[in-house]
Amino acid sequence: MDLFLHQILAGLATGGIYASVALALVMIYQATHLVNFAQGEMAMFATYLAWALLQAGVPYWGAFAITVASAFVLGVALERIVIRPVENSPILVIVIVFIALLVIFNSVAGWIFSYTIKPFPSPFPAQPLFGNSYVSSHELGSTAITLVVLLLLFVFFRFTPLGLAMRAAAQNPVSSRLVGIRVGWMLALGWGLAAAIGAVAGMMVAPTVFLEPNMMGGVLLYAFAGALLGGIDSPGGAVLGGFIVGVLENVVGAYVGTELKLTLALVVIVGVLVVRPSGMFGRVNVVRV
Amino acid sequence: MAGLDRRKLVAVAVLLVLACALPFVIGNYRVFQATLVLAYAIALLGLNMLTGYNGQISLGHGAFYAIGAYTAAILMDKLGLPYWATIPISGAVCFVVGFLFGLPALRLEGLYLALATFALGVAMPQILKHEGLAHWTGGSQGVVIVKPDAPEWTGLSQDQWLYFFTLAWVVVFFVVAWNLLRGRIGRAMVAIRDQPIAAQAMGVNTSLVKSLTFGVSALYTGAAGALGAIAVQFVAPDSFNIFLSLTLLIGVVIGGLASISGAFFGAIFIQFIPNIADQISKAAPWAIYGIVLIAFMYMMPTGIAGFLRLARARLARRARP
Repeated sequence: MDLFLHQILAGLATGGIYASVALALVMIYQATHLVNFAQGEMAMFATYLAWALLQAGVPYWGAFAITVASAFVLGVALERIVIRPVENSPILVIVIVFIALLVIFNSVAGWIFSYTIKPFPSPFPAQPLFGNSYVSSHELGSTAITLVVLLLLFVFFRFTPLGLAMRAAAQNPVSSRLVGIRVGWMLALGWGLAAAIGAVAGMMVAPTVFLEPNMMGGVLLYAFAGALLGGIDSPGGAVLGGFIVGVLENVVGAYVGTELKLTLALVVIVGVLVVRPSGMFGRVNVVRV
Repeated sequence: MAGLDRRKLVAVAVLLVLACALPFVIGNYRVFQATLVLAYAIALLGLNMLTGYNGQISLGHGAFYAIGAYTAAILMDKLGLPYWATIPISGAVCFVVGFLFGLPALRLEGLYLALATFALGVAMPQILKHEGLAHWTGGSQGVVIVKPDAPEWTGLSQDQWLYFFTLAWVVVFFVVAWNLLRGRIGRAMVAIRDQPIAAQAMGVNTSLVKSLTFGVSALYTGAAGALGAIAVQFVAPDSFNIFLSLTLLIGVVIGGLASISGAFFGAIFIQFIPNIADQISKAAPWAIYGIVLIAFMYMMPTGIAGFLRLARARLARRARP
């Protein structure tokens, strides 16, 4: 029973990481109706940036802030420079551009920082908080940070004029343009936010999986599964889905064997798509003929 | 072949003659590469049927390539079947698997299908490595295949013989695809891509056609996987990772969606551009590859075949003032 409880708590911690990447995916999906395959690699690249800053002697939270800010700028720049010219192309062209971004980030990171695995520090103390033996303080801390990010996003979208404008631009671009919202910039802003969230997720996952160019591969897939499970157009659902996938992954890993972990993601994705394609909290899209 | 005008027929004949002459003028390693290009062309044609003609995006066709390759390897290594007999069997196995995967995929569209197939592609190496199958698949060690010898009367080297063997299959698969896509079924496929509801109203059995397309597409890719495996003489789980699936999709889009000749352009691209990128920059070859990809998408959003079609139309317009 102790083992089971421990697995669930550890699962919640990894689930927090999946939840933040899932959240980033949902952000871009809401703004553009595209799933960004390069999301994981963008997060990985931002984490390397944080590592470089830490190596240069910047204190952790300073590096954290600089990284999140530069990831935001990078995301905006990517949308304006790379994605915008193909905005109105067929979906497959955009998918190929995403794949291209994925390999570029992966390769450039390997080129600049080499492929050797690097340890990445955790901002949280090494000994468990509150004297419990179930969950390390890093796990607890990263889960808390995920929840804080979610709360901030919720507040931003719900209570600020800019958030309202972004939601409007995603829902009805034409009418939004008519009332004076700069739809193009709202998209870029969405990319920036997603990149920033991804950067946070990258810095939280790096202490557990270690820093290397391919570290986000599995994470991205679980994040997909989580986002689908919760509903790809529901940020809250995506977070919950991410946590559920994290717990499932850990429990399956402990009791069935680790070699089928990725297959679990496949089962979750296909299962959700077959039983309830809109996910737990997603809206069912009704198309008028 | 009705519908193929004389100019095109001559062009195809000339290309075929050139293709037959090719292995006698280049070295063995280049012949091996050309064989892989031919195998990729079959796989791309299969994926193009699904994605280009039928509008279903698959990010996991590497899985079918893997299933075809493993079927061939197991049949040859464990059951001692001759290499030529493995191609149809691999195709048939993949047809069944593809058809079955296509059934749940019927409910999915666009992005969701892309995600489901993406997961299939990512999970495939793990499934192949699983202990339960290790007796057949050899686990992470993979299976080694003996390279088939050319029959004595031909006097060809092994690589040359394999090239002609693959070329023969290419001809068979392309003639079949050409007939399939020009006929009733091909039109139904395109109709489903463009106007699913109208197609249904016209009496097209959309779900059957869609899952059949999935099956046939998997058949092509599986047969290509078998041919590729015989050429490489080796199958291992990690050579069929998600990048293979992405590469196949890249080949289809670069070659040209809904274009038969595009399969060849795409196959040449995915076989040779990584090598060229590697020569340009040893440090970050994949970055060069990604930049080339983006450049292609900016300049030729309809792929190489679409670009050539446009260029030809423009030249024809200029020629007659």
